[in-house]
Amino acid sequence: MASLITCPHCGVRPKEEFAIRGDASLIRPAPSASDEAWHDYVYVRANPRGRTVEHWHHIAGCRRFLVVERDTVTHEVYSVVDGTAAAREARR
Amino acid sequence: MTAYRLSSGGLVDRSKALSFTFDGRPLRGFAGDTLASALLANDQLLVGRSFKYHRPRGIVSAGPSEPNALVTLGSGARSDPNTKATVAELYAGLTARSQNRWPSLGFDVGAVNGLLSPFLGAGFYYKTFMWPRQLWEKLYEPVIRRAAGLGRAGLERDPESYEKSWAFCDLLVVGGGPAGLMAALTAGRAGLRVILADEDFRLGGSLLSETETVDGGAAPAFAERVVAELQSLENVTLLSRTTVFGWYDDNVFGAVERVQKHVAEPSAKLPTERVWRIAAKRALLATGAEERPLVFGGNDRPGVMMAGAIGTYAHRHGVSAGKSVAIFTSGSSGYRTARSLSAKGVTVSTIIDSRPEASDAVPHGVRVIRSGSIVDTKGRQRLSGIVVERSGFEELIACDALGMSGGWSPVVHLACQRGARPVWSDALKAFAAPDVGDTLRVVGAANGVYTLAGCLRDGAEKAAAIAAELGFNAAAAPLPVTETEAEPSFAALWYVPGAKSKAFVDFQNDVHTKDLGLALREGFGHVEHAKRYTTSGMATDQGKLSNINAVGILAGMRGVSPAEVGTTTFRPFYTPVSFGALAGTSRDVHATPTRKSPLHEWGKKHGATFVDSGLWFRSAWFPRAGEKTWRESVDREVLNVRANVGLCDVSTLGKIEVFGPDAAEFLNRLYCNAILKLPVGKARYGLMLREDGFVFDDGTVSRLADDHFFVTTTTAMAGAVMSHMDYCAQVLWPDLKVRFCSVSDQWAQMAIAGPNAREVLQQLVDEDISETAFPFLSARATALRGGINARLFRISFSGELAFELAVPAGYGEAVADQIMEAGRAHKICAYGVEALNVLRLEKGLLTHAEFDGRVTPDDAGLGRMFSAQKPDFIGKHLSARYGLTAADRMQIVGLKPVDKDKDIRAGAHLLKEGMKPSTLNDQGWVSSAGYSPVLGHHIALAFLKSGRERYGEKVAVWDKLRDHEVIAEVCDPVFVDPENKKLKA
Repeated sequence: MASLITCPHCGVRPKEEFAIRGDASLIRPAPSASDEAWHDYVYVRANPRGRTVEHWHHIAGCRRFLVVERDTVTHEVYSVVDGTAAAREARR
Repeated sequence: MTAYRLSSGGLVDRSKALSFTFDGRPLRGFAGDTLASALLANDQLLVGRSFKYHRPRGIVSAGPSEPNALVTLGSGARSDPNTKATVAELYAGLTARSQNRWPSLGFDVGAVNGLLSPFLGAGFYYKTFMWPRQLWEKLYEPVIRRAAGLGRAGLERDPESYEKSWAFCDLLVVGGGPAGLMAALTAGRAGLRVILADEDFRLGGSLLSETETVDGGAAPAFAERVVAELQSLENVTLLSRTTVFGWYDDNVFGAVERVQKHVAEPSAKLPTERVWRIAAKRALLATGAEERPLVFGGNDRPGVMMAGAIGTYAHRHGVSAGKSVAIFTSGSSGYRTARSLSAKGVTVSTIIDSRPEASDAVPHGVRVIRSGSIVDTKGRQRLSGIVVERSGFEELIACDALGMSGGWSPVVHLACQRGARPVWSDALKAFAAPDVGDTLRVVGAANGVYTLAGCLRDGAEKAAAIAAELGFNAAAAPLPVTETEAEPSFAALWYVPGAKSKAFVDFQNDVHTKDLGLALREGFGHVEHAKRYTTSGMATDQGKLSNINAVGILAGMRGVSPAEVGTTTFRPFYTPVSFGALAGTSRDVHATPTRKSPLHEWGKKHGATFVDSGLWFRSAWFPRAGEKTWRESVDREVLNVRANVGLCDVSTLGKIEVFGPDAAEFLNRLYCNAILKLPVGKARYGLMLREDGFVFDDGTVSRLADDHFFVTTTTAMAGAVMSHMDYCAQVLWPDLKVRFCSVSDQWAQMAIAGPNAREVLQQLVDEDISETAFPFLSARATALRGGINARLFRISFSGELAFELAVPAGYGEAVADQIMEAGRAHKICAYGVEALNVLRLEKGLLTHAEFDGRVTPDDAGLGRMFSAQKPDFIGKHLSARYGLTAADRMQIVGLKPVDKDKDIRAGAHLLKEGMKPSTLNDQGWVSSAGYSPVLGHHIALAFLKSGRERYGEKVAVWDKLRDHEVIAEVCDPVFVDPENKKLKA
């Protein structure tokens, strides 16, 4: 895990300021979606080796949800972007 | 052996004598000594007993790799066990005690283990004490732990203070030897922000024990000049007494600075230790190299030391390790040490060289035995002679100190702490640092450069390259002039055949060659297995001296290269770090924040007993004169609220302001009940679910304007609800126009509850708050008489006529005082969270004791709040799952003990009467219980299978933990005023 995260709003901050929520690639299903879709959304998680995207909440900073793309093996952080921008992008 | 202080020389201040004690014996040393050098100067050779066999052990090294000289420093609460004497700086008044011996260091009963050693091989404990199994924890382990031990941790409170700090730099240089100093100088002159950290109390590293000249002068003087220049540079920070213990992601380093470990009475103004987290753009590892011990019979006798350590004690501390020194070497470094010792006036009698030939210069008068090996040592608690074998002939040579030199291993720990393994180098005959990229580079002896000139150049050049990379205009600092020196060479000699007594690989854990052989025979030949099986490298020194020989021996036995054996895993910490330093200031009451309500002082004035409640410090009850138990106070408070009126501090509730044209829509999607059409000026109870359909939190939602809401959360979930709202607004529904912020700390909020509440409150507000003008669930902004802005809510958590009044936090205490004053004629009392809890229990109102994450709205009796008409809200879809709608789910009920004198306890399980207690027969559980002063007996809330159909049934309430069982009748969970007549009065 990274020691430092470059928050797009606050700059380089220590990881202790963040709370990690988990997989940021999930998209909340429509209310009418199937039970399976909802089950997957709520309960099923991959445990990837390698690249992963996660929501990191900058809880002791700007309180924005950030999307952190990082590698679970090398711990390299590839990108950190604001979660709202990413959510809009994903829905497009 | 007789170790003694040389008549002159060394970097100690002979004008500053320091007295200290070792095992109670008063001794003297000088400023600049380590405890180890001072002990040697006093001829105190025996410093400890070994871990398993209790063998006498002496000082081996002159640095952090020391396996033997572990002592307890200080006494009482200030005692520090397992301190390495070789790095402990001497100070006046230091007290040191040896460890793992009884009754005394000289006569240790545990040494009988040495006689039993044929039975005490590797794995002995695991094999022998396997059976009977239950005795392991109770008998075997405690006894073994007591016999095989290190220093003991004290149980007294640690009086020292600690702190943590961040630091940032362009270049971190780890190690202040020749390479590190030149690197820091080059980078410092170029203008980089440089931090130079070194674990020693004096910067200079090997320069401090160097005999060669630098720039025509003494090497320590050169070090002093460089340090002086570095000190004068504003962009350079020198951290001596600072061990860089870990390398973490993003080039962040952990380091511990021993700010006041070298003083008898620490100043209260400074921490004793400080943990640094250093974020460095680049780092240079200038950590030097470790000389290797040789594995031969009797190599653990006190007086057998690392050759380089004997050199360091002579040159740096002016102490000779003996009157007659022998050197056992497999390479040129042994000769170099012999020459430097001779130059210092230390008598070197013999060099035993394992190699058949060598071209190294031999000091005058020193005998050299080539192709020689040592097979045994003589003496009891100190060395008196060595048995040298050559071509089948043995010879006893008298000596009182023996230096071992088995070649060199670069110190590459930090570079290997993030997953990369060290790489075997045939050229160096050692494991070298892996290539870990540009941010961390290895320099000097740590990089396998062993000459002084080479180290100086390597440091300067690598620092100049880093400066250029970071955009600084840098030239390598001009190199000082050094003497010509050959690269050291050595033959890898993992163990010396023909040992006549135990040949130790790991001194601290008493692992000898036969243990490694046994591990291999029994199938534990993999380096990680062998480590665990033999405990080689598992002691507090983590095998800094021993690991390389263990790897070499395993390789030899398996007939492969050390490259194939590999190393065990390197992890932080490089050397042990105290828990205190890691905790920093986060201890005792400072371990978590103490949150005090804005009405804290008001509570204090009224004699509140406070209780830790989550992060908060809340008033629990307000004892009055004559009340002997908390229950008496709570019962009085409850009855007074029901009969008259009470004031309770509810400021700890989470409070969130929500604004925006989509605020109503946003909240409508967050709560499971309808919020969209909540009229302005009204409050509503709200229930939030998790996406899986279970209750997340409850609270109130008040609409202050079309586009302005004020919501409250429970005290416990204030943070979690805020984060949940952040997520929903930012990630799930970014297109909703809504903004919100937490105002939990901005408002003091108080509940005024009881039949007289309106009369009391009306005295403070102009606005009409009668039942018609301000009915139940009204909510609006108002102003108190005198002009203070306030918010008034007609909500109740007690079932009584009640208001909640919020005022800006700073006015809280004054307003509460006014209310108490206004209420005096109406018999107002202050009530705390305990009474609050009883009041809500009597009314069957719920808290997180009920909402434990497994409860649906219907389970909690709140099914009617679930708005199936709403198109979407958090938790809607999965609430329809079969399991969550099953008829036999546990539902909330009330419980009354059949025998009214009996109590019911929260946490107890419910059973059908007469059924055997078991999980199969489990019918439910008690969530909240307490004594109802209104009813005069205990009551409880519980979850019971299909509970709502079972009112009137009797169940057994079974509490195995407290061995308590009572029969109770199932009833409606609302015990008092089920028609809510009082609420709407």
